Amino acid sequence: MIIEILGSGCRKCTALANTVQAALERTGREAEIVKVTDVIDIARYGVMSTPGLVIDGKVVSAGKIPSEAEIAVLLDAAPL
Amino acid sequence: MAEFFSWLNDHLLRMTWLFDLVTVLVRDGLGLDVTGPLGGSVHFFIYDIIKIFILLTVLIFSISYAQSYFPPERTRRILGQRSGLGANIVAALLGTITPFCSCSSIPLFIGFTSAGLPLAVTFSFLISSPLVDLASVILLASIFNWWVSIAYVLIGLCLAVVGGTVIGLLKLENQVEDFVYQSPVADHGAQALSRMDRVDYARDQVADIVGRVWPYILIGVGIGAAIHNWIPETFIAALLGDDKWWSVLVATVAGIPMYADIFGTLPIAEALVHKGVGLGTALTFMMAVTALSLPSIIMLKRVVKMPLLAFFIGITTVGIILIGFIFNAIADHLI
Repeated sequence: MIIEILGSGCRKCTALANTVQAALERTGREAEIVKVTDVIDIARYGVMSTPGLVIDGKVVSAGKIPSEAEIAVLLDAAPL
Repeated sequence: MAEFFSWLNDHLLRMTWLFDLVTVLVRDGLGLDVTGPLGGSVHFFIYDIIKIFILLTVLIFSISYAQSYFPPERTRRILGQRSGLGANIVAALLGTITPFCSCSSIPLFIGFTSAGLPLAVTFSFLISSPLVDLASVILLASIFNWWVSIAYVLIGLCLAVVGGTVIGLLKLENQVEDFVYQSPVADHGAQALSRMDRVDYARDQVADIVGRVWPYILIGVGIGAAIHNWIPETFIAALLGDDKWWSVLVATVAGIPMYADIFGTLPIAEALVHKGVGLGTALTFMMAVTALSLPSIIMLKRVVKMPLLAFFIGITTVGIILIGFIFNAIADHLI
């Protein structure tokens, strides 16, 4: 699984990355976390408000930091 | 009632108490003559920095709170429901309560265009967004007066509406890079926010924006202080004096490549006006610095092709120059 964090380096992006890490540990899933910082690359996902969360190429959240539990649900929903 | 408002204006916006406090500090604490060049510069520097940071923090907090009701996804929906000139006007108005920096408007440009909003509307938004915002309105009122501030907003909005409309008439839709149209339209912004969420958001924005713009404010106030007391008035008057018709052109050419926040530019404009530079010339300089800058042009170049970029720069430049001439002509009625 590839998880992308969209955001140009704001505090919230770091917070999102940490929450994702915690959710991964909780669900026992493994993923590669990639940070996308270029504003145009971010916009290519159709995301206008950061931080954005992309799982396997699909935007699952934008403009907020979902809770660890919410991310865990999203991770479980992703195919292995 | 009028007295009450002028009291509010003096104390909350112009901060006369701070002015007096800094005067005492510089005169008695540092032993400098506030009417002399050194003492005057030190006074201008300390007073302006404290004033701008207080206003900036309060204003960004309030505006961000209001902004949390208009996330980009909602702005896009609102604009999508309108057409014609009305859409341009709403776009220009929404530009005043959305991002402060031209770099954050590029993602909005892509998001709006990929969702099918016309270029006319998107460009009205793009021009208004860095040029006019609620914080600059209050700061202008604080440094000059309410008439200058209201006139600046009205004229800035007109520039955004007219500029966007002209770009729309040119039918340059094919001058946008293809990937913009191919970008998906995601709509994840819709979410209910509690009052605490909005307060959190506003606090984050204050930290983020103040953290980003403080160097520009220091530099701007520093240049303002230098202009205020060190650069000879005759030199400034010879180059930019209000009797020199070309002063507006000089201010535009000097301002365009510069990149600074409107907060950093205001102290420079303030000092220029004190030195006998026309109000229009000073405002032109401010608009040129904020509406057009090399970093934002370079970023825009990645999403639009050359002819559209050239029209955008050309139309905005002509608009700014016209505004300078208009303001210089009516300055006597405003200040």
